Amino acid sequence: MVRAVSTSDTFETATFSGENLICRRGGRLVFTGLGFSVASGGAVVLRGPNGSGKTTLLRLMAGLARPIAGRLNWSGAALADPEAHGRHLRFIGHLDAIKPAFTVRENLAFWADFWGTRETALVVKAMEAFGLAALADFPARLLSAGQRHRLALARLIASPAPLWLLDEPANTLDDRSLNALTQTIADHRARGGMVVLASHGADLVTGGTTLALDKFTPTNVMPWDET
Amino acid sequence: MSVFTALLSRDLKLALRQSADSLTVIAFFAIATVLFPFGVGPEAEILSRIAAGVVWVAALLAALLSLDRVFTVDFEDGTLDQLLLNGQSMTFVVLAKVIAHWLTTGVPLIIMSPILAITLQLPAEGYGTLVLALLLGTPTVSLVGALGAALVLGARRGGVLLSLLVLPLYIPVLIFGTAAVEAALTGMPSAPMLSILGGFALIAITLCPFGTAAALRQAAE
Repeated sequence: MVRAVSTSDTFETATFSGENLICRRGGRLVFTGLGFSVASGGAVVLRGPNGSGKTTLLRLMAGLARPIAGRLNWSGAALADPEAHGRHLRFIGHLDAIKPAFTVRENLAFWADFWGTRETALVVKAMEAFGLAALADFPARLLSAGQRHRLALARLIASPAPLWLLDEPANTLDDRSLNALTQTIADHRARGGMVVLASHGADLVTGGTTLALDKFTPTNVMPWDET
Repeated sequence: MSVFTALLSRDLKLALRQSADSLTVIAFFAIATVLFPFGVGPEAEILSRIAAGVVWVAALLAALLSLDRVFTVDFEDGTLDQLLLNGQSMTFVVLAKVIAHWLTTGVPLIIMSPILAITLQLPAEGYGTLVLALLLGTPTVSLVGALGAALVLGARRGGVLLSLLVLPLYIPVLIFGTAAVEAALTGMPSAPMLSILGGFALIAITLCPFGTAAALRQAAE
């Protein structure tokens, strides 16, 4: 039997949490004693001034960076294998991972293929959701900054994963794309997905928890204090 | 395996689209080799003695030129972060990148080598062995080179650092690669040298991908 195309599929119930995370970057303690928890359908919004460690925390959640102490749990069990953790998540950072020599469609199709998503219908759906359908066969090198960012976000739909880690996803987006993103996030949560996002301005989620990172910044440790 | 096949076909497609990158490497190989007859004079006797060594050194330098780019582009545009989140194993990613590098630079160099050996007056007995030696030696060049490229990722002037790091490691390949051709020219069996080159390739393929994967993870942090 052919599997129904995704929209109605839901993710397995899971929780993603961290306890007592301590992270240091370039000799400076970014945050200490940080904990968070997000369950299926939930969202966490990271807030804090520049340099408070939003990006660092997101990379840490993705397994791209390692904390010096603390642990991350997936559904209660500690994440033993950081490589397998990649299967749970999609991470959209400041860099958009787009190959200028490929068209919009090729860029998306590659990532869908890479993550083992077999449904080409999702690539089309992803382009439609972010208003890229008309640009499908357009070389990515001709895209504007906002369009590139939308193409990066479209990966979320083209290749589904339960946990989305979004680093300031509202950057460079116009009002219409912002609405599309808000809708996409709401749909994802309705399907039992989780979202953690760093944000300065607009509210992209309703009813999520807010994590203020400056609470965890060690006040007595400043870069110039260390020798 | 989707990680491996998707990435390999993407890299090959990219190399085809941006064929200037591969062509520069081949052009460098050709020009570097052709400079020698001008430098040491056209005497067939001298040229045929150094032919194998010149082709090998030029091939190593040409490969080095391309190694610089194996991971840098992906590192700078954020692709590497996504590759690290493949959910299977980073070793597949590394193997796909290395095989793509070998197919887009190693193989063209191997195809070019007999043509360039003609300009260096290599005696007819040497051609087969030269191609065979390159065929067995260039995978090691790609594997070790990728490890070096991953280690210098993010460093300033990484290309120069890469050559300092990697060229000394190519010496064994160079020695046995030229010795194999030498043996063929003097009527000795070249099989022992070729076997050793094959051995190097086997050692490199079992060890280098793990080191490269670890270095890439480190670079992303």
